[in-house]
Amino acid sequence: MIRQAAMAVALLATWPAAAQTDDMANPAFLWVEEGKALWSERPRPGAKSCADCHGAAETAMRGVAARHPAFDAKRGRAMLLTQRLDACRVEHQGETPFEPESRRQLGLAAYIALQSRGLPVAIAADGPLAKTVAEGRALYTRRIGQLDLSCAQCHDDLVGRRLAATAIPSGHVNAYPVYRSDWLGMGSFWRRLGNCTTGVRAEAFAPHSPEHVALESYLAARGNDLPMQAPGFRN
Amino acid sequence: MTRVLIRVPKTVKPGQEFEIKVLISHPMETGYRRDHQGTPIPRDIVKQFRCTLDGEEVFRAEMFPAIAANPYFFFHAVAERGGTLRFEWSDERGTAWRESAALTVE
Ligand code: HEC
Ligand code: HEC
Repeated sequence: MIRQAAMAVALLATWPAAAQTDDMANPAFLWVEEGKALWSERPRPGAKSCADCHGAAETAMRGVAARHPAFDAKRGRAMLLTQRLDACRVEHQGETPFEPESRRQLGLAAYIALQSRGLPVAIAADGPLAKTVAEGRALYTRRIGQLDLSCAQCHDDLVGRRLAATAIPSGHVNAYPVYRSDWLGMGSFWRRLGNCTTGVRAEAFAPHSPEHVALESYLAARGNDLPMQAPGFRN
Repeated sequence: MTRVLIRVPKTVKPGQEFEIKVLISHPMETGYRRDHQGTPIPRDIVKQFRCTLDGEEVFRAEMFPAIAANPYFFFHAVAERGGTLRFEWSDERGTAWRESAALTVE
């Protein structure tokens, strides 16, 4: 028993690090299991599952998350991975879009992102997505909120410095969606964005709003060549 | 909803130490929090967790509100014979869950 107690204490101390390298220590994988089940589930009799059209996610979805957000020629606009999922849900399955931040949406996004793990982020930022990326960059460098701070002031100028007890990260999105112990659950980049906009006392952007799409596109492109780490783990 | 993820090696050598990992999906609500309306959120925690090999206890834990949501157990065991590893956990309202995994020793 004593040995086990000591082990539990040791584990607590190393948990955040362990969760990055050991899937079992990252509760995000509970969501991944749900996404996996959803991949081959028919939403209603007669409707097609994702697997019915795409086949095995391991092959069909490999690299897909690494190149999203992407410009969609058919629809003439930038699309986040979660907007892609909604497009298939609505147009190909005849269902309603996923509820933002629901277990189903996050689970499926995490499961698809997992198929790109380790691959370099590969956003086609100089093609037709360039306009959206530029809009994102403009938002990123614009001062907002009562605190009158831009994203860049923290995530470019003060990386590694501390905001109270928290180290300021470089603001990459290659690990999103993440499990966050502080949230007791998973969240997408949009949820994280809400924390940062609220932090500077600015109004939060709606999920899938043009601002959300632009910022996510810019941050993803800014992280080009980084290895995909989703689903990540944060304290 | 996925309730649990369990990882156990399929085969181990007799007397060789091996890892057992169990990740349980549970909110572990402390009872100390309030919702947006200010109403206290009732306490809801997994209280007991036990792992046995063919009835013999391998590991047991009692939990308290300070354990975070989605508790993760990672412990070591040694076996001379194979059998069924049974995992049982229960909350304070009397709900109990169980899962099992086969272990081969050779
Ligand atoms: C009836 C067939 C069909 C179903 C069902 C379907 N899709 Fe699709 N999916 C497509 C087609 C066709 C495309 C390509 C172009 C488009 O529609 O935009 C696509 C594109 C995609 C893409 C983008 C792939 C890439 O290479 O950029 C993703 C991701 C995706 N689907 C996920 C899903 C998920 C998740 C589900 C289940 C919730 C699903 N699809 C259900 C037909 C389907
Ligand atoms: C006052 C400084 C500050 C500003 C301004 C700020 N953030 Fe953050 N941001 C943080 C801190 C601190 C964290 C990490 C919090 C934590 O992990 O607890 C963070 C986390 C993030 C992350 C997650 C990074 C990761 O690795 O998980 C992203 C993405 C992000 N911010 C984007 C933005 C965007 C976009 C803006 C502008 C709308 C913004 N932030 C504005 C301080 C800031």
